[in-house]
Amino acid sequence: MRVALVDAGGANLGSVRYALRRLGVEAQVSADANVIRAADRVILPGVSTAATVMRRLHELDLVETLRNLRQPLLGVCVGMQLLFEHSEEDDTPCLGLLPGRVSKLRSAPGVRIPHMGWNRLEPMRADALVDGIASGAQAYFVHSYAAPVGADCVLACEHGGRFAAVVQRGHVAGAQFHPERSGATGARLLGNFLGSGVA
Amino acid sequence: MLSRRIIPCLDVRGGRVVKGVRFRDHVDMGDIVDLALRYRDAGADELVFYDIGASPQGRSVDYGWVERVSSLLDIPFCVAGGIRDVATARAVLHAGADKISVNTPALERPALVSELADAFGVQCVVVGIDSLREPDGEWRVRSHTGDPDRTRALPLRTLDWIIEAQRLGAGEVVLNCMDSDGVRRGYDTKQLAAARAVCGVPLVASGGAGTPQHFVEVFRDADVDGVLAASVFHSGAIAIMELKRHLRGQGIEVRDE
Repeated sequence: MRVALVDAGGANLGSVRYALRRLGVEAQVSADANVIRAADRVILPGVSTAATVMRRLHELDLVETLRNLRQPLLGVCVGMQLLFEHSEEDDTPCLGLLPGRVSKLRSAPGVRIPHMGWNRLEPMRADALVDGIASGAQAYFVHSYAAPVGADCVLACEHGGRFAAVVQRGHVAGAQFHPERSGATGARLLGNFLGSGVA
Repeated sequence: MLSRRIIPCLDVRGGRVVKGVRFRDHVDMGDIVDLALRYRDAGADELVFYDIGASPQGRSVDYGWVERVSSLLDIPFCVAGGIRDVATARAVLHAGADKISVNTPALERPALVSELADAFGVQCVVVGIDSLREPDGEWRVRSHTGDPDRTRALPLRTLDWIIEAQRLGAGEVVLNCMDSDGVRRGYDTKQLAAARAVCGVPLVASGGAGTPQHFVEVFRDADVDGVLAASVFHSGAIAIMELKRHLRGQGIEVRDE
């Protein structure tokens, strides 16, 4: 299976590649539209800001490539946020593959931003992407922005308010947490994605 | 609900984990990857690797071990020590660390915190603070604490630095209370509660863990997000799984696995 990891400059690129290797898959890190289009699975990781990653995708001329993919696509963390129409972070227009807008998590007494650490996942609907992930399983989050719980939300999480932890619509999926750093739960999600839990 | 994090801290020198007694006489503890995986299996939620060889001598280090850890570890980890510029931080993050922690270099040049936050996002940037209560009753920061001969007392008040560090872009603060460090009589909950009151980002307590009840107290009385400890875990005095059972029994949310 050919898995392309989109090189959008995120610092967790290596971590995601290693997580896939632990599952027996050697992913190709690439910013080449041809490599990405030819892959069986595409993963868009991202650590930094929505604006930084979108700017890099524009510079690499990958925006239309990503918008027109038909194979399963998984966005991770900021990579998931970019799947939506818009991010409040630096007022950034995103890929628009999923309806909705990403907004800043609201701090409150006892609710610290960034949301950092292991938090529980709450099932919103059944989906092959989250097969084997129990209700209340924990995953590792590090983020300050999040997507709302809409029709595409498969797993939700709570920090101040509720937000989407895993989304899926057609061939497009996203995880707000870091599967590469979420122990067995994260490995399960990546494994399901590779086994084509989406589309 | 967000779990409170239990974070063992491993001292690293020359690519090996070492154990120091009061910062001196380091004893080899084993291979970094072996110990990282052992702590992962023992229930650690996150790991901190403190590169003690790095900062005091002002040299940069080889980060090959970071990549080895990243390739095998499936929980997050932070690298501290010896990071004094964006280029070094980039090397560490690209080798696979999830966060980088800065202490003395941030005191010497606070703009470093902003540069790191701009380059990598606040979620990657941890500011470590060593703090001591002085005779006038104020908590003030210490720099160069990695080397007892070079440790310096600064006029900067700890709480002021916590506020300033957040303004500059710290995404997490680790507060090491030196009065209680290594004594195993409990965390300095008074100082940590004062820090909590001015800290809107995650706050991690360090220094003083001796018994499971000390962890209960610091979570309950200082509302910290995580606790960092070294000797009680390395010595086997406290097993992380048992600690978590104890915390859970006291109504404190922790990770199950």
